[in-house]
Amino acid sequence: MSVMEQDSAGAPARASLVNDPKYRGYFYQLLLVVLLVTLGYVIVTNTIANLERQNIASGWGFLENTAGFGIIQSLAPYSETSSYGQAIFVGFLNTVLVAVVGIFFATIIGFIVGIARLSNNWVISRIAYCYVELIRNVPLLLQIFFWYFAVLRAVPQKREKWSFFFDTFHLNIAGLRGPKPIWEPGAEFIGYALIIGIVATIAVSRWARKKQDATGEQFPVFWTGLGLIVGLPIITYFVTGMPMTLEHPNFVEEGPILRRGFELGVGFNLIPEFLALTAALAIYTAAFIAEIVRAGIQAVSHGQTEAANALGLRQGPTLRLVIIPQAMRVIIPPLTSQYLNLTKNSSLAVAIAFPDLVSVGGTVLNQTGQAIEIIGIWMAVYLSLSLITSAFMNWYNQRMALVER
Amino acid sequence: MSKKILPLVLGAAMGVAATTAAGATTLEDVKAKGFIQCGVSQGLPGFSNPDAQGNWTGLDVDLCRAMAAAVFGDASAVKFTPLSAKERFTALQSGEVDVLSRNTTWTMSRDTQLGLNFAGVNYYDGQGFMVRKDLGVTSALELSGASVCTNTGTTTELNVADYFRANNMPYEIVAFEKADEVVAAYDAGRCDVYTTDASGLYAQRLKLTNPGDHMVLPEIISKEPLGPVVRQGDDEWFNVAKWTLNAMINAEELGVTSENVDNMKSSDNPSVKRMLGVEGAFGEGIGLSNDWAYNIIKNVGNYEETFNANVGPDTPLGISRGVNALWSNGGFLYAPPIR
Repeated sequence: MSVMEQDSAGAPARASLVNDPKYRGYFYQLLLVVLLVTLGYVIVTNTIANLERQNIASGWGFLENTAGFGIIQSLAPYSETSSYGQAIFVGFLNTVLVAVVGIFFATIIGFIVGIARLSNNWVISRIAYCYVELIRNVPLLLQIFFWYFAVLRAVPQKREKWSFFFDTFHLNIAGLRGPKPIWEPGAEFIGYALIIGIVATIAVSRWARKKQDATGEQFPVFWTGLGLIVGLPIITYFVTGMPMTLEHPNFVEEGPILRRGFELGVGFNLIPEFLALTAALAIYTAAFIAEIVRAGIQAVSHGQTEAANALGLRQGPTLRLVIIPQAMRVIIPPLTSQYLNLTKNSSLAVAIAFPDLVSVGGTVLNQTGQAIEIIGIWMAVYLSLSLITSAFMNWYNQRMALVER
Repeated sequence: MSKKILPLVLGAAMGVAATTAAGATTLEDVKAKGFIQCGVSQGLPGFSNPDAQGNWTGLDVDLCRAMAAAVFGDASAVKFTPLSAKERFTALQSGEVDVLSRNTTWTMSRDTQLGLNFAGVNYYDGQGFMVRKDLGVTSALELSGASVCTNTGTTTELNVADYFRANNMPYEIVAFEKADEVVAAYDAGRCDVYTTDASGLYAQRLKLTNPGDHMVLPEIISKEPLGPVVRQGDDEWFNVAKWTLNAMINAEELGVTSENVDNMKSSDNPSVKRMLGVEGAFGEGIGLSNDWAYNIIKNVGNYEETFNANVGPDTPLGISRGVNALWSNGGFLYAPPIR
């Protein structure tokens, strides 16, 4: 501090540095940084000393040890002989899966309910109102339990099933089963066709916009895009000689009772833990999104609607072309925080045995006793997921922002 | 924030760090606060289970009460912290509880890598399987393709993985955090099999809608010695836990019960005299009063009494002594002598 009190030789006429608000500001900022670094250093060294004193193992070496426990659902290859690191990675993928699927459905339901709340139809707007008030005022954990334990008891037992969609999908207490695609050599061309379809659609839509700007003529971008994205892979499928077959779930009805029901590992299965968690998260978050959408739409001045009507636009195009683009500017920032909430709330999975990051990490924590490392991983992962989501939504927000000429 | 406060804050932060690094021994801490903080399960009948009034009972609970009796002469000087399987070791390591008496399996990694010490075995258990009777399964080897419900963060989860892998049987594991949720999911039919320690299966079966529809399979697939756990590096407190358990077992062997303990004080048997503090000063050796064992037996009872009261044949659990009988009766219970 004494250093700061010396006068600077170059500016003798000015007041001392101590009284200069600029340098004072620097000084306090520096002091704060030093304080935080010291505090962090003390915490870290003290923790390490305590761990050593109590003979608690520390370090990251445990990540390579054999996990030895099973995980019911994994998107990456995993078995009991995999390492703890792989187990945590499987948990991480499951968290991402729930977050992505949850956000997808929450957005769709949220927009529908939000627009329905503003409907002129009394019944529809009341239903939407009741949905929002009921869902957002009941704690999320209770809703997860409701979907898992209450709904689970209503569906058929393991040796029975409900089938729908021409007997291709089946629901029972062990989950939702459906056909699983089996890829054969040559199937990669279908993927390429899909990519080409998407790229072509983007190109067509740009061309169509230019054409409309120049001539005012519209081009059916939607139907062309649909044809390209869906049609092209289907044509490729037949041209390459149908390199994909469907593996249907095998429902056993004879033999020992234990073996009856769906055979393990045959066909595609969504476990009930996943279904319950995703449903609860999507429906809960949708209630908040609905309110955000309603607020966004109501923030657009009514004069815009009247102007659109005066131009002869029907209700659909008015909403799609005039109201929603302006409302999005109000909607996106709060929508981002709902997406972040959904991602973080997915950690409640631990209550219903869905193997997400927190659940699997907790098991690893218990088997290895390395609490600090695991909690560090948890925090780092959720922080990164949230920052990535925010970065994406900020980018999207900038794109949607008012373009000033 | 003024310049004067900042150094104070920094100093305080370092001061806090210094106190947590030093710390008194657990026995001193316990004596100073006047009670033992005991980590128990979230509700396992017979071992640690709260009743409607919030009073805890069970074999594991009695061990904590016995420790309180040894330290304070008062078995009620104990407070209970219900812990999930996942939380239990962290709670003990961080000092949230003084002793963990929560049907915890003694394994090498837990004993050596967690900074903990197991103070003995108060129940010799093994992992078993429970299934619905209508499945027609009679052996665990017929469980190929089953979905299995269990608790996460337990040795059970690892044993079941080992067992199905060793026998080349596919399975599906559904692992819950709380025992109550495992029971609810199994009861709902989510799983074909419920696996945990055999004692736990008998206890949890009582919570099912129709306990009579379920059966425990004969196979025991693992060794599960359950016992109290304390922090490593605090030998004084470790001794208190270890010898509290030993005193209860020795008392059964010497025929000292809570009812006859006052008369036994005048017994001619030197072993009984030493245990009850009439001869020698064994209590002082572990930092307690000389009537420590007398207090345990008088207030809580010997091992047989707590076993019969909590899990024995006359209780809803109806577990026979089996391997948990005294060594002299063909069981495993063998406590070093007090001398």
